[in-house]
Amino acid sequence: MTKSRLFRLAGIILPMALVIVLAAAPAYAHEEYKIGAIFASTGPASMLGLPEKNTVMMLEEALNAAGGIGGKKVEIIFYNTEADPTKTVTAVKKLIKKDKVEIIIGPTTSGTTLAIIDIIEKEKVPLISAAASVRIIKPVKPYVFKTPQTDVMAVEKIYERLQKNGIKRVAIITVANGFGDSGRNQLKILASKYGLTVVADERFGKKDTDMTVQLTKIKGTNAQAIISWDTNPGPAVIAKNRKALGIKIPLYNSHGVASKKFIELSGGAAEGTYLPAGKLLVVDQLTKNDPQRKVLTDYKNSYESKFGGSANTFGGHAYDAFQIAVKAIQNLVDKKIHVNRDSIRDELENITGFVGTGGIFNFSAKDHNGLTKEGFVLVEIENGDWKLAE
Amino acid sequence: MISLEQQILQFVITGITIGSIYGLIGLGFSIIYNSTEIINFAQGEFVMLGGLITVTGIQVLHLPLPFAAILAVIMVAVIGIVMDLFAIRPLKDASAITLIIITIGASIFIRGVSSFVWGKEPYTIPAFSGEEPIPFFGAVIQPQSLWVLFITIVIVVGLKQFFDRTLTGKAMIACAFQPRAASLVGIDVSYMVLLSFGLSGAVGAAAGIVIAPMSMTQYDMGVMLGLKGFCAAIIGGLGYPWGAVVGGLALGILESLGAGLISSGYKDAIAFTILLLMLFFRPQGLLGKTKGDRV
Repeated sequence: MTKSRLFRLAGIILPMALVIVLAAAPAYAHEEYKIGAIFASTGPASMLGLPEKNTVMMLEEALNAAGGIGGKKVEIIFYNTEADPTKTVTAVKKLIKKDKVEIIIGPTTSGTTLAIIDIIEKEKVPLISAAASVRIIKPVKPYVFKTPQTDVMAVEKIYERLQKNGIKRVAIITVANGFGDSGRNQLKILASKYGLTVVADERFGKKDTDMTVQLTKIKGTNAQAIISWDTNPGPAVIAKNRKALGIKIPLYNSHGVASKKFIELSGGAAEGTYLPAGKLLVVDQLTKNDPQRKVLTDYKNSYESKFGGSANTFGGHAYDAFQIAVKAIQNLVDKKIHVNRDSIRDELENITGFVGTGGIFNFSAKDHNGLTKEGFVLVEIENGDWKLAE
Repeated sequence: MISLEQQILQFVITGITIGSIYGLIGLGFSIIYNSTEIINFAQGEFVMLGGLITVTGIQVLHLPLPFAAILAVIMVAVIGIVMDLFAIRPLKDASAITLIIITIGASIFIRGVSSFVWGKEPYTIPAFSGEEPIPFFGAVIQPQSLWVLFITIVIVVGLKQFFDRTLTGKAMIACAFQPRAASLVGIDVSYMVLLSFGLSGAVGAAAGIVIAPMSMTQYDMGVMLGLKGFCAAIIGGLGYPWGAVVGGLALGILESLGAGLISSGYKDAIAFTILLLMLFFRPQGLLGKTKGDRV
């Protein structure tokens, strides 16, 4: 190689190297707290994921406008998971290696959350999931937290009321998939704790078009209440079939139908049925001294004035995840502890009495969800709307 | 409380209702099989399209239910014809198995497009004549069940007349019997195939519309219904339109009794066990003859 060519080569390589070093520099000198956000803003779970993304973007803007955390801004780095486990894994790897975030919030669905737990634990990055399954936090994994209530709490909320009403015998009708299996399990395990006997245990397929047979069997037992466990459209079919069969004992649904779609699909047949739901649904009916009332009202108003439509429970899960992450960083700043992935994780376990949309969170080393059944309220459907049933 | 006899009566009523739907879907399979020897696995998607187009007719175009239903039947018939023109006809000389695989592709395509057009949410349409149940010896009948039966009977009788009395109908049967001979006597076979796709689209759509008030309708509802309709057609004897209806009723009633008296967890297993048993022991179906040609 001649000398001049060597110089020419150096002339190309040196500026390139400089550009690379300069571009990479901000990634190391943290000008702001980086929070990764992964939600399914499109795809099959977009009804959940889009409000979650909207909520987090709205909160980022508001927090930075108010000066950030201890003078440092917060930056949200968002990736769309499309509820696809592979895409979620890719997004998480990018957030950890390339974007170097301190903490990740999301994803939207249980399947995608379970898919990333291994990487999260291996790379030791705190995660606050917005997904429902109890398996995310049971058994406890050091770096994995979640904000939504679990089905255990939904079951307890229903059973608590049945017990109060002096009911002893229940019939359960559950869908044959992950959601239904988990619900069915909890319904059977917790029954004796509330003095209840499960006298009928019926199943149906996700694609079934008629549940008359199962309900007729239930009609032939001495059950005093029916509990159905599925997401739409199954419960709407059950509500319609129950009405058609003239079944008079009350129908309780899972928290999986806490949307207007259920009321719309079942026509009048949902009237007088019950379900456990997050308090956001009935925020106007909460008592004045309900500790969550202010948080819920503020969230609902700011969301609805910014995006239109109505705020839903799922956006609330993202709200809680974001606020808890911020709270943990804020605490560390206040205590003058260096903020990094491990210190945030440790601080998350110290958060207690945090008032969110899903309930009052009391995290601990043993409990990475931090909620009790009081995060749910029982609502009755009346005149096509929800009415607090307590 | 309800006595066992009343329960069984209720199971049978439910079985007849759902069985009629299986029968109508099976009828769609048979019509196409008859003229092409193809098993059209997009039949379930015709059912789904019938329901969803009716929803659009009512909610977006604000049509009264009967008009929305007629519009849906016509549109799905056209979709059936388009499917023949663009997916089946260009591969005219392909073997039946290739064409069957194409219909599976078409079903996935239709499902995908529908999930874009209507989203993944379920929809419902109002019951045709109220939801006040009719008491019947201690069991109850939903008014919509009577509609299901009524529409099934109208379609079966109508098709019977069409095949027995009209030249076109007879020509279609001729194509089924011996396509080559049919074309030699001047029957336009490819036109008959086109017609069979349109006809089975229309029948499928009718099934989808009449069941939507009870079962809701959703972009992926066609998968299971299509399979059950296929079972009905096999049980009755593939290629025997009336066999499909008999097969559907048998399947619906057995499934419903099985779910009621054995376990609801095995409902689909019962249907597919019946299918397997039929294929093992009587592959020609209940109405099929063991030897000789179909007419």
